Amino acid sequence: MKTMLPTLGLLLGCQLCGEVAARGLGLPIPGPVLGLVLMIAILRTWPAAAAQIRATVGVILANLSLMFVPAGVGVIGNLDVLADDWFALLVILTVSTLLAMCAAVTTFIGVSKLIGGPPE
Amino acid sequence: MNAAADLWSYLSATPLTWLTVTILAYLAADAAARALRNAPWANPVLFSVLLIAPVLWATETDYAAYFEGAQFIHFLLGPATVALALPLWDNRDMIKRSVAPILLALFVGSFVAAGSAILLARAFALPTEVILSLAPKSTTAPVALGVSEAVGGIPTLTAVLVILTGVIGAVTVTPLMNMLRISDWRARGFAVGVAAHGIGTARAFQVNEVAGAYAGIAMALNALLTSLIVPALVRWFM
Repeated sequence: MKTMLPTLGLLLGCQLCGEVAARGLGLPIPGPVLGLVLMIAILRTWPAAAAQIRATVGVILANLSLMFVPAGVGVIGNLDVLADDWFALLVILTVSTLLAMCAAVTTFIGVSKLIGGPPE
Repeated sequence: MNAAADLWSYLSATPLTWLTVTILAYLAADAAARALRNAPWANPVLFSVLLIAPVLWATETDYAAYFEGAQFIHFLLGPATVALALPLWDNRDMIKRSVAPILLALFVGSFVAAGSAILLARAFALPTEVILSLAPKSTTAPVALGVSEAVGGIPTLTAVLVILTGVIGAVTVTPLMNMLRISDWRARGFAVGVAAHGIGTARAFQVNEVAGAYAGIAMALNALLTSLIVPALVRWFM
């Protein structure tokens, strides 16, 4: 895969620029999110870049779950921070997450219908 | 016996061991999830953690030693976030047509995610610093930790709550959306991205590419919005 290293270089370069901008300007946005915006700007400027990064980006996004495993393992070791509140916290997390998804999906569908776009 | 002890003292100290264990556990978890046809509860993050935790426990390895190796994978979260640009670019025409639903669903979803957590925690009469740690739970970890610290929460507690939220969202989104009879992949993906950040986004990519792209947008925008509205909600509700 000869596009792998250039793709990694580009992704890391965008992230680095994002980190520099976030820190330099004291923005409350994580560097990688600014890097994402920069990457979109690059794709706008050079649409041909999309084909070059597709293979490597595809592998990364297909295995996004892998990147959360180290943090997930950290949770097991830190479960004691939940202490006496663990049951209440689990109930709250579940109910609040379900409510947020219901609210977001209902709003999305409602506004889509309101502005009359075709469902996609 | 001495040779074995020497070998183990090498293996337990080298990042190579835990990096390898993490990747092998993930490959097994991912294969299991596929064999179970990506059933909602067959979450690769959850399965991997359940495979690795007993190994650490049996070998009396502390998390710091494990993370020496696992940090190389953890580090990839940054470039993976940047990589979300490609599906957004690929779906740009569809996204341009759905700017209004995106922005309104973002505000409503982000507000409900943080507001309901604060109000429920108050109903359970949890300690103030626990409520403050809970408020930013739906956003991506680096932002959530920063917000938690800024409003007076406990960052280590927030880190745990953020990951648990991600897994809960990833596991519940498919049955919830099927129950609500939502067939629009844009809306399904957006909802899980706004409520369950990257782990929800990983689930969305597992199911559908459009859902993944919209989950990515929701996650990125919510990283921005949470850092603005959680301090305001805390002042309001506390």
